[in-house]
Amino acid sequence: MSLPEKGNPPSIPDSVKASADNVSAEVFSLSASVAEMEAMAKKLRRHIITMIGKAGSGHPGGSLSSVEILTALYFKVMRHKPSDHQWADRDRFILSKGHAAPLLYATLAECGYLPVAELATLRQMDSRLQGHTDRTITPGVEMSAGALGQGLSFGLGAALAGRLNGQDYRVYVLLGDGECDEGQVWEAAMASTHFKIDSLVAIVDNNGQQIDGWNRDVMNLDPFPGKWRAFGWEVIEVDGHDLTQLIQAFGEAEKVKGQPTVIIAHTIKGKGVSFMENNPDFHGKAPNAIEVEIALKELE
Amino acid sequence: METAVSVREAYGRTLLELGMENPDIVVLDADLSRSTMTRFFARQFPERFFDCGIAEQNMVGVAAGLAASGKIPFASTFAVFVPGRCFDQVRMSIAQPQLNVKLVTSHGGISVGEDGTSHQSIEDLALIGSLPGFNVIVPADAIETVQAVKAAAESYGPFYIRLCRPKVAPVFGEDYRFKLGKAATMRQGGDATIIAIGLMVKEALEAAQNLEREGIYCRVLNMSTLKPIDEAAIIKAAAETGAIVTAEEHLEHGGLGSAVARMVSQNQPVPMVLVALKDTYAKSGKPAELLERYGLTAKDIEQGVRSAIKRK
Repeated sequence: MSLPEKGNPPSIPDSVKASADNVSAEVFSLSASVAEMEAMAKKLRRHIITMIGKAGSGHPGGSLSSVEILTALYFKVMRHKPSDHQWADRDRFILSKGHAAPLLYATLAECGYLPVAELATLRQMDSRLQGHTDRTITPGVEMSAGALGQGLSFGLGAALAGRLNGQDYRVYVLLGDGECDEGQVWEAAMASTHFKIDSLVAIVDNNGQQIDGWNRDVMNLDPFPGKWRAFGWEVIEVDGHDLTQLIQAFGEAEKVKGQPTVIIAHTIKGKGVSFMENNPDFHGKAPNAIEVEIALKELE
Repeated sequence: METAVSVREAYGRTLLELGMENPDIVVLDADLSRSTMTRFFARQFPERFFDCGIAEQNMVGVAAGLAASGKIPFASTFAVFVPGRCFDQVRMSIAQPQLNVKLVTSHGGISVGEDGTSHQSIEDLALIGSLPGFNVIVPADAIETVQAVKAAAESYGPFYIRLCRPKVAPVFGEDYRFKLGKAATMRQGGDATIIAIGLMVKEALEAAQNLEREGIYCRVLNMSTLKPIDEAAIIKAAAETGAIVTAEEHLEHGGLGSAVARMVSQNQPVPMVLVALKDTYAKSGKPAELLERYGLTAKDIEQGVRSAIKRK
């Protein structure tokens, strides 16, 4: 096992490794190399397809496009304890684009927050895995999301609390690009700069599409990086499917002082499944049994 | 008559006091700290005060994030803007996760006065009261405001406290003790019960006094905790007095009257009259003129009581 670059404390302490009865061994091996994280990314994609296929509804496109972002955060960058999801000093991951819940659940399960077998209960009655995230019932879920545009404000609040307490945790908020149509995102962007908060990192899953089609046709966001710069944010652009670039960007963000950082991750909606890639039909539609079979074959 | 006291100033001073006692208390405002009186806290504890500018949606979200990391945020602005401007944010960021956020708003009701319709909050209690698990308090005077704010700080969970703009003559003595979820009996009587909140408690007491001259004896309940409402006190009043009149500075839809009617109709049906705004917006004017024009005075309550008693 190799420790995250920042060294202390390790992303998942040994005590947790021993107590997590799930797949913590894999978690640790994945933090060792990019190749192993790539394998985890593929595994998460398989979970997403299987879960949404079984549920018969859900949002595969925007879950698949964010896979490497969560892989980098949960298996390399963040300090967190699957055995203690309320650990006060944990780095916080806030999924603002709540429809990517299946990806978050799969990631949490692979970290040891939930049994992997529970993933099969997605969207069913009495499941802890709701259609969109619910912080009251799912260990490791920081925010009840699904109503877009609210996560960056929530993340700013969490970051301000940490600063007031003298804690050094960092807060990562994942937004969709379509989500940035919401005015609240820009209220939060303005406030984050005003409060000079540098423990807050926004990541935009910039897959270029939203439900009604391409962003540029539905509601043009250009100049997108320029907007963030104008709001006073440090902007880093990366290939959102390149784990090395992502990990490097998170490291760079830690060096930025006195202002927040946004990582604009250029991604492909539906990434990894040929017939879902760049296909807005699969924003909020589950694959049927045959499509699940084809997708899983592609993800072998 | 005793001198009227500002409920907003009472709030501001109480926040300052709470801030001195508890370092986890933080305060947010949306560019109205001079009106909501959060400025007292802001001056004393600038590092724990966040003016979010004219951006209520973000303010509510930031408050939720602070609460999720252990802080006790009080967020204030006018009642028209929270919850009106940011209902979905209050719903998903605070109510659904039952976070420990205290929304304390001023300028509730039409007694805002000259600023007119845009600033008169007449729907806020319906909106906030519809959210599962939200505690809703409308204090009747400055003394109750102080205690309600302290009670909110001490109890975990989401709270909405609605204050009015005008100064209010005290209806309670210094020995009054606010209890969350408990109605305060202001006056005993067996012919009818007047249940009131906020500014209307004073009007209810005046009405009861006037009716006594006609030989009509009214019980008066201050139902400052609108949610969770004191169901037992309402049912008891219905059973013992046989007629109920509610009085509030809010639309009759979804406010105090609706909540009381829900209890009464299902448990102890008796004639009721709702003294409230009738499906209309108010206009600019002096507070007293507006309350008279829109039927929110002691006289209107008296009329309501007579009408309810007739239908017994």
